[in-house]
Amino acid sequence: MFVTSAFAQESAPATTEGDTHFGTGVPAEAHGAFPPFDPATFPSQLLWLAITFGLFYLFLKRVVMPRVGGIIDVRNDRISQDLDHAARLKGEADAAVAAYEQELAEAKKNANSIGQQANDAAKAEAETARKKIEAALDEKLGEAEARISSIKANAMKEVGTIAEDTASAIVEALVGGKASKAEIAAAVKSVAR
Amino acid sequence: MAADKVDPIHQFHIIKLIPINIGGYDLSFTNSALFMVATVFVAAAFLFLTTSSRSLIPGRLQSVSEMAYEFVGNMLRDAAGTQGMKFFPFVFSLFMFVLVANLLGLFPYFFTVTSHIIVTFGLAILVIGTVIVYGFMKHGLGFLKLFVPKGVPLVMMVLVVPIEVISFVSRPVSLSVRLFANMLAGHITLKVFSGFVVSLSALGALGVAGSILPLAMAVALTALELLVALLQAYVFAVLTCMYLNDALHPSH
Repeated sequence: MFVTSAFAQESAPATTEGDTHFGTGVPAEAHGAFPPFDPATFPSQLLWLAITFGLFYLFLKRVVMPRVGGIIDVRNDRISQDLDHAARLKGEADAAVAAYEQELAEAKKNANSIGQQANDAAKAEAETARKKIEAALDEKLGEAEARISSIKANAMKEVGTIAEDTASAIVEALVGGKASKAEIAAAVKSVAR
Repeated sequence: MAADKVDPIHQFHIIKLIPINIGGYDLSFTNSALFMVATVFVAAAFLFLTTSSRSLIPGRLQSVSEMAYEFVGNMLRDAAGTQGMKFFPFVFSLFMFVLVANLLGLFPYFFTVTSHIIVTFGLAILVIGTVIVYGFMKHGLGFLKLFVPKGVPLVMMVLVVPIEVISFVSRPVSLSVRLFANMLAGHITLKVFSGFVVSLSALGALGVAGSILPLAMAVALTALELLVALLQAYVFAVLTCMYLNDALHPSH
């Protein structure tokens, strides 16, 4: 309080100065002081300030601030909830993608092994078929060779008889005698060898 | 009659509307009291009505209320930490009261509550009283560490402690005079320039032409006063937060 009274004292000359400066020449009112420094109005102003500000404070504290704070809290909760929800959904989506990729990789692996198996099977089949055909060919070759050799042997045998006949004919013609068949055969054999 | 209108001091006169006298004290309901009631009513009604829908997605007016709430809340948290939030209703009430009182005062023919030193001083004393009472309640005599800065040599204490005491004592004065003087000076200037417009235009055609300049000045000053009204409410609230921080953490 001492401060304000000091102000009030200071202000008294200042206001008269101000009045003459502005040249208004307003006759001083009941108190004559510059209104803001007029101590006569202080009790009333302080009282009404206390009443109004006190009520205002109570109203804000009890009604307005819980409400505004509540609105903001609810909003923040809602935002964080939504963010959590979004994060969870994202996690689920990521898991789904990972599962998909894993399955894809597995399927690729399976496909490879199946392909490999098919390839192996086909190769084995081709191999057996080849072997069978080769065996058949070998058999045929053997048969052919056997036939050739028998034909050859027959032919050779016939060559022997032909030679014997020829030799006996030659001997007959040349010598005039008849050579025995055994002699001629032995001679042909020795020549043929 | 014209002189009475041009008087820049006229707007600050206290007029008794309902005379009340109790125990020799004049406790009349005056125009000042009327505008305190109006200030409180406007501020409370605005905050109450704009938030009544409690929308998750705020409308324009609701976001104004929320912005004011969060603005003061952040200001207090930055200055005094989370411990300071127990003073949030107090600081928010102060901010809204000063702000709305300043803004209402900008209307022509309206009384500016904050242009009276006793009102701003009452608010400042309320702030400093809260600081002192809470400081001693929480820290006991440890609150006096406020006047003893750390790391100052003992010899310097003789000089520093009185300076700290003086600076603390002058806080309510500077807090109240800053707001009061800004509002008073702004309104006087505004009134003087507006008065020039009236008195010049009474001088005929030349005067009307000449009054354009003070009219433009008055318009510009009104914009400036709007800024001052907002700024001074902010400054009052910020300083309150800083002083409350001293009550919470006296050893700086």
